Amino acid sequence: MLSHELSANQIKEKIIKREITAQEIVEELFEWINLKEPLIKAYLCLDKEGALLKAKEVDKKLDNGEKVGLLAGVPVALKDNICTVGIKTTCASKILENFIPPYDAFVVKRIKEEDAIIIGKANLDEFAMGSSNENSAFHITRNPWNTDCIPGGSGGGPAAAVTADMAFMALGSDTGGSVRQPSAFCGNVGCKPTYGRVSRYGLVAFASSLDQIGSVTKDVYDAALLLQVVSGHDGFDSTSATVGVPDYLSDINNVDGNLRIGVPKEFFGEGLNSEVGSAVMNALEIYKRNGAELVDLSLPHCGYAVATYYIIATAEASSNLARYDGVRYGHRSQLSEDNIIDMYSRVRAEGFGSEVKRRILFGNYVLSAGFYEAYYLKASKVRNLIKNDFEDAFKKVDCIISPTCPTPAFRIGEKITDPLQMYLSDIYTIPANLVGIPGISIPCGFTNTGLPIGMQILGKHFDEGKILKVAKLFENETDFHLKKPNLIEPEPKKGIDI
Amino acid sequence: MKYEVVMGLETHAELDTESKLFCGCSTKFGSEPNTQTCPVCLGLPGVLPVMNKKAFEHSLKAALTLNCEISKFTNFDRKSYYYPDLPKNYQTSQNYFNIGNNGYVDIVVKGKEKRIDIHNVHLEEEAGKLIHPETSGANYSLVDFNRAGVPLLEIVTQPDMRNVEEVESYMQALRNILLYIGVSDCKMQEGSLRFEVSISLREKGSNVLGNRVEIKNLNSMKAVLKVLAYEMSRQSSLLDKGENVLMETRLWDDVDSVSRRMRSKEEAHDYRYFPEPDLVPIWIDQEWINEIRATIPELPVDKHQRFVNEYSISDYDAGILTEDKHLADYFEECVGLSQDSPKELSNWIINDVLRELNERKTNVQDFIVSPKMLVELVKIKPTIGSSIAKDVFGEMINTGRTAPSIVKEKNLTQIDDVSELNDIVTKVIEDNPKAAEDYGQGKKSALTFLIGQTMKITRGKANPKILTKILMERLSAGSK
Repeated sequence: MLSHELSANQIKEKIIKREITAQEIVEELFEWINLKEPLIKAYLCLDKEGALLKAKEVDKKLDNGEKVGLLAGVPVALKDNICTVGIKTTCASKILENFIPPYDAFVVKRIKEEDAIIIGKANLDEFAMGSSNENSAFHITRNPWNTDCIPGGSGGGPAAAVTADMAFMALGSDTGGSVRQPSAFCGNVGCKPTYGRVSRYGLVAFASSLDQIGSVTKDVYDAALLLQVVSGHDGFDSTSATVGVPDYLSDINNVDGNLRIGVPKEFFGEGLNSEVGSAVMNALEIYKRNGAELVDLSLPHCGYAVATYYIIATAEASSNLARYDGVRYGHRSQLSEDNIIDMYSRVRAEGFGSEVKRRILFGNYVLSAGFYEAYYLKASKVRNLIKNDFEDAFKKVDCIISPTCPTPAFRIGEKITDPLQMYLSDIYTIPANLVGIPGISIPCGFTNTGLPIGMQILGKHFDEGKILKVAKLFENETDFHLKKPNLIEPEPKKGIDI
Repeated sequence: MKYEVVMGLETHAELDTESKLFCGCSTKFGSEPNTQTCPVCLGLPGVLPVMNKKAFEHSLKAALTLNCEISKFTNFDRKSYYYPDLPKNYQTSQNYFNIGNNGYVDIVVKGKEKRIDIHNVHLEEEAGKLIHPETSGANYSLVDFNRAGVPLLEIVTQPDMRNVEEVESYMQALRNILLYIGVSDCKMQEGSLRFEVSISLREKGSNVLGNRVEIKNLNSMKAVLKVLAYEMSRQSSLLDKGENVLMETRLWDDVDSVSRRMRSKEEAHDYRYFPEPDLVPIWIDQEWINEIRATIPELPVDKHQRFVNEYSISDYDAGILTEDKHLADYFEECVGLSQDSPKELSNWIINDVLRELNERKTNVQDFIVSPKMLVELVKIKPTIGSSIAKDVFGEMINTGRTAPSIVKEKNLTQIDDVSELNDIVTKVIEDNPKAAEDYGQGKKSALTFLIGQTMKITRGKANPKILTKILMERLSAGSK
């Protein structure tokens, strides 16, 4: 096995044992990236120089017998909406095309402290708005399992990079499924922690009450490892929780007590692809064989989740994206400006893509005088009802299992002209964001055409430890997570114009 | 005038805190542009606000002092509008759950008490400041974000005021209260205290409110009074002509002394308020309220009454002494050191101390003559006389030395000794036989002349009462 194919924890062990140097890893990884990136296009920006510098620092520490961090020498990719000091952070938007943050996000500081090596910034739908990666202002990332297919979104870049072994792990953001959905489509492990578990400071806001930083990894242990590093209270984020961070790693193979798994009928209904449905049902059988009890559930208000989400998320986005006005930073129109309104209009008309504009307009509409009560306030009430559904459910079960997405990865261009169809891709992932609970997507099978299928495990607030264990149990019984895509050049296709 | 004027006031007071509302940047006034900024108050991508506890507690204190009902649950809201001095293009403010509601301030106008109802008190962040280049034809403007994010308290009244005297009295009362409780320095020249007024006119006796005009950004009480006078005449002449007053927002032009339309009602902003998701709601329990309430000092109105009752000083004097909390504190410190002369201490402070403070443009906290020094002067006064006491006071201000040391060094103690004075008088009469003679012949002004001569010899130290008595006795005796 080539070293870039190892998991993050495996490579870290090798580095610590001095079987390989961090510098050698980085060199080898960038060789592989040079080969495969033209095919996948997972990254918006690579920083080999910075990566080598950090690798040398880690090697030097080891040379001197100094203590190294939990992620010593592990090359990590960051979704390009996470601020990095000195490295462009574009959100895949023209409006921030040349924006270089003067500060590091909380999570970036944390992984740097633990000696991770940042290799680059990965592609996304502009401002994390999208489910296919097709809304990136710069280029479309392709699914490593089938390069005609989308990698999912908004975090298609991080997921594709990890799947293609072009990063050992990645940090993304999950507002309605942007970590879990692409992880399901690319066949890796995507974990969205509880809202407030990981500081959002330095994550460029899309929808503040829903955004949560999450991990994309090759296996469940790596997810636990990365979560261990980035979790905890941050004085710069008022919504970050003061709840203590448990040890996710040492006991990950022991699911204690009788495991009760909730199976909500609303997540197995109309619109669910049959291959995806049966893969998840098979997975549930594996749990049953391992002593778990399956409990039929109903989450009656989940049918309103997508509608509720698109009111709350767009309302918050319309306000969060108001700051991109060209006054202090970001895109500034080359055309002459007659007045300030003219300047705003040009900056924003030129700087934002169509999906972002659609959501800003929608958000401004639902917050307008006379509509606020009918839309935003009503949506907030429905959000509470959905929360109540989950609270009731978790009185009966330890976790809830469902498909991550109703379908496997779809083809590039398939849904881009139909936003409503696109939005439905997140139907199973959205409730966790509305409720604030943690969720993890793990690979649980493949379609006949060889596309990965993801299964979602949802837990109670701050019960990441439990869902990681439940995920690990399945992983220990199966080998879906070990499968690698065959990264060959595709034959030139007609009709796909990118 | 046949119209009744209906006025309300919104007051913005910058809160006196070391750091800004949502970040650690300094709030110091007058620094180089953009030197007190950070990613948070510049609204860079990815930043989040963290509430300044001190600012929140200052707001709570103000709301309590203004007799508001305190919300158990408060939240912040985003108020959206685009302007280049607003880094996020929304202002984090309060709309749905203000800190305080339904309060009041009692004011006195022409001896009559009136209650002005407070609609609400809420906390928000300050915007930055646009700097327009002075060169004509410049096609750019600059922004200074030093002020962006400074905590701002907004106090909104009901439309309760009916004449400018009430408005003036309310502004002064509010300013005094904010200064007294120490939540704002209320420096109008630095923009720490600003007003917005709303004014409408209606026929006397009418129950229906007229169309309201709002005037924004008034930086002084004087400007408020000017704009109100202007609007009263503008609106009444419109109504006299049978025309409508347009509901609109106007700006005051201090140079031309006119108000101009800023935007009509139709152009009014839709602020699209919604709850600020980046801040957590704040629950205010009784314990916290009690804790804050305990820090509220005695208010000007109460102190005024107490000074009259406790120290038997006039209502007028008590009013002057309590206008400035520090002056009142100065007075009380003096009285604490010398209980027997509150009236005299009050006179010294109102006549002499205040005059010096005004002349030197300083405040009482920095005044060189401490309460202890003033009390010493008042105590030593009977031995040196009023006139020398004034000179000693002047000397104290110039040198910072105490009254006893000045009196001792300059040997200024009055000569009360009768035999000593007798000897001096003998000499004075001998030297001025003509004057003594004049007095005997009924020329009373000769006495004043002889007193003057004696004072000259004693360098003013002769006890005037005893001296006059001796001189009169001697001259009467001599003339017999």
